[in-house]
Amino acid sequence: MCAMRPESGPEQGADSPDWKAVLTPEEIRRALTRIAHEILERTHGGEGIVLLGIPTRGVPLARRLAERIGEFEGTPAPHGSLDVTMHRDDLRLRPARALRRTEVPPDGVDGKTVVLVDDVLFSGRTIRAALDALNDLGRPRAVQLAVLVDRGHRELPIRADYVGKNLPTAQREVVRVLLEETDGEDSVLLGERDQ
Amino acid sequence: MKRHLISAAELSRDDAVLILDTAAELASVAGRPIRKLPTLRGLTVVNLFYEDSTRTRTSFEAAAKRLSADVINFSARGSSVAKGESFKDTALTLEAMGADAVVVRHSASGAAHRLAGWVTGSVINAGDGTHEHPTQALLDAFTIRQRLGAGGGGAGNGASGLDQRGGGLDGVRVTIVGDVLHSRVARSNVLLLSTLGAEVTLVAPPTLIPYAVERWPCRVSYDFDTELRKSDVVMMLRVQQERMNAAYFPSIREYRRRYGLDAGRMALLPEHAIIMHPGPMNRGVEIAAEVADSPRSTIVAQVSNGVIVRMAVLYLLLGGAGEAA
Amino acid sequence: MSEEEWLIKGVSVCGGPVVDVHIVDGQFVSVGRDLEAAGARVLDAAGLIALPGLVDLHTHLREPGREDAETVETGTRAAALGGFTAVHAMANTEPVADTAGVVEQVWRLGQQAGYCDVRPVGAVTVGLGGKQLAELGAMADSAAAVRVFSDDGSCVADPLLMRRALEYVKAFDGVIAQHAQEPRLTEGAQLNEGEVASTLGLAGWPAAAEEAIIARDCLLAAHVGSALHVCHVSTAGSVEIIRWAKSKGWQVTAEVTPHHLLLTDDLAQGYDPVFKVNPPLRTRTDIAALRAGLADGTIDCVATDHAPHPVEAKEAEWAAAANGMTGLETALRVVQLAMVDTGLLDWAGVAMRMSVRPAAIGRVPGHGVPIAPGSPANLTLYDPAAPPEAVDPATHASKSRNNPFAGMALPGRVQATFLRGVPTVLDGKVTR
Repeated sequence: MCAMRPESGPEQGADSPDWKAVLTPEEIRRALTRIAHEILERTHGGEGIVLLGIPTRGVPLARRLAERIGEFEGTPAPHGSLDVTMHRDDLRLRPARALRRTEVPPDGVDGKTVVLVDDVLFSGRTIRAALDALNDLGRPRAVQLAVLVDRGHRELPIRADYVGKNLPTAQREVVRVLLEETDGEDSVLLGERDQ
Repeated sequence: MKRHLISAAELSRDDAVLILDTAAELASVAGRPIRKLPTLRGLTVVNLFYEDSTRTRTSFEAAAKRLSADVINFSARGSSVAKGESFKDTALTLEAMGADAVVVRHSASGAAHRLAGWVTGSVINAGDGTHEHPTQALLDAFTIRQRLGAGGGGAGNGASGLDQRGGGLDGVRVTIVGDVLHSRVARSNVLLLSTLGAEVTLVAPPTLIPYAVERWPCRVSYDFDTELRKSDVVMMLRVQQERMNAAYFPSIREYRRRYGLDAGRMALLPEHAIIMHPGPMNRGVEIAAEVADSPRSTIVAQVSNGVIVRMAVLYLLLGGAGEAA
Repeated sequence: MSEEEWLIKGVSVCGGPVVDVHIVDGQFVSVGRDLEAAGARVLDAAGLIALPGLVDLHTHLREPGREDAETVETGTRAAALGGFTAVHAMANTEPVADTAGVVEQVWRLGQQAGYCDVRPVGAVTVGLGGKQLAELGAMADSAAAVRVFSDDGSCVADPLLMRRALEYVKAFDGVIAQHAQEPRLTEGAQLNEGEVASTLGLAGWPAAAEEAIIARDCLLAAHVGSALHVCHVSTAGSVEIIRWAKSKGWQVTAEVTPHHLLLTDDLAQGYDPVFKVNPPLRTRTDIAALRAGLADGTIDCVATDHAPHPVEAKEAEWAAAANGMTGLETALRVVQLAMVDTGLLDWAGVAMRMSVRPAAIGRVPGHGVPIAPGSPANLTLYDPAAPPEAVDPATHASKSRNNPFAGMALPGRVQATFLRGVPTVLDGKVTR
């Protein structure tokens, strides 16, 4: 499950003492390039793949990966988004959330290799919800997972196939991912949650 | 969102846009192999209908079931209510049955308000007397946005709606025609559409215009033909035979002549304008058959939009933590 | 009669200078400073106002027939607690009070209860059906000595029948009290026809439906030279019509309820039927006109229209709920809030409008007379400076709880009520 994070860049003087940058923009760029290559390797050159980003930040990441794959292979991979809100297991803990967009490329997901893309992998519950949501859309041949950061502390038997950076963290720490498209800059920050 | 949906007056512009956007997202569910979402699994929605209305009841039922809620239909006919059980006792019975939400339709204005005082679940007003019918107004607003695009009549791209999210109905000119005095659909629409930025005009004979309508956020006109020419949306209300018997107008013939939407009047509408009707229609009275069946008419779309809008309402009321979060 | 002797010390009679009042054998025997009376029970009335015992021209005691809502005993007990020594019991009981038999029964029940005098009102038409005159003469000649006749609850809408009734009662100095509500204009009506009703989707109750009947009846009363009393006036237009009729010297009198002096139709916003009443609550403009009319005498008196209903009749959806509000126990306090504390009336004015005029209109002997030697000792002692207290209908003596002032802080407190020299209420509680 993604750590609690606001929708835009770092703010709130109240709780953020020291944000430590654990990935620079350059490192992020290289990680995504590497993941794109790995995807191509493990899917016979990207045959029949569909990249679905999980809103919010999984979506621009999926698009970037699709573009890189396009640079290597000539045609960009099909990509879209998969909103998991309706399938979350923690719905009753907070007021009903606004839904995000689910946009599936025209060829759908049946028989495809779906690569789910998210920014941070934490408890694994978001991905579990994504698998359920995906199930309602069709029957992929296979499902893989690409994340920019894996911060450990899994609560479900979920693992990523492609990882940008393994980042061991304490439960109480907060991981914040910023992206150009949503926050105006690329960065991964680590901080302490206030009590 | 709040705990109940009883009146369109409770919805701020942000609330209304959130419901419409949520509905837009849910619209795609109907096209999927599995047309169901697990979100309200384990919750019970009761349809408490004191008035016969298969159309609205099945719409709510479909909406609840697509969200995996359990649905109980409590029809007043042939139940303990027919034997004289009071409204309050029925409410207490539903409470004891563990209803998470009650969708209520009743012939008395204010019934939904009273029910909200007796149950701990959410109350959704499906029509109380001549007071309000907020989900009807929401599906009407959704249909207008879908057909004309967000903000601005005349542009009307009518496309998939991707550009519409976050938008209201600013500047859209809506004309509501018919028995406004007795219409809960009209009341809810006047409130909701004006909240979303539309310009609403009521057209009816003076006998069917409510007292003190000057305080409502809309214009009033007795001249249908003039208003037609500058409407982006014409919404026709049903006219009942009984009204003629109570001297609201002299005859059906005169009503139709002055306020009916026939093919001749339809030709006066701007090209992009759409024709709406909450149903059920009196073909040949307020609306001619060929008008109802024309491509400008959104009557069928309104019905399918009804299900997804009600899904959005149910999700936003029940899909998260209880109130006071 | 009782041999009780009372010395009430240090009281302000109708707001005037502080005096003592001596009561012997049911009569005032002297009123003056520093009275002495060995053997009399003393009541320290420092800070209190003394008013002649209040007289209500319009109450519903519900017995016979609706004892689930109220009985003559519980209703008159509530009346005493409100400072009343006489009440007029309206005729819309089951069976209707349209014969000598029923009115005598109600009168006797009042005597037995002993809390205040009960003056039964006789129906104008048989069964309140509006078609045929009831035996008004028989009721007038009965032991109940009926003088006020009313179909209250319904309107005597047939103009010919109203004319006949007005003429007929001249023979025995009777008065017709009209519930002014044109039935065709108010079919299915729920709330004052105005902005609030339109927003709430409640069928409107136009002011014209009341005003049209009042205008008609004033003209009829003038034409036949008879006395008309208008029940529960509720609109500004009605006040103007009555003012005009009085200016012509016609025998027209009128009453207003406490709730119409204070509450507006906005209160219907939550659809709570405790605010549902006939005639309906109206607007601020109407309230202002009613207050002015009561102050200048256009409206002669305050009458409670105390209308108790069982819980289930008031707990339903608005359209299905009964009309009516209880009011005996809160009346004087509401009048203080609406009229005295706003400077529109002084206590002498209150005495006139809640005792003297109603007694005169109802032709009630022994009530509404000055607190002076020789008069029957009907007395209300009231503390206008009591700390304002929220109204709690659960503590009321009335069997019913449908009071619209529930939760509202009202000033004042009735301390004591004397009926012909015998206290029915002492220290704010009934004596038995």
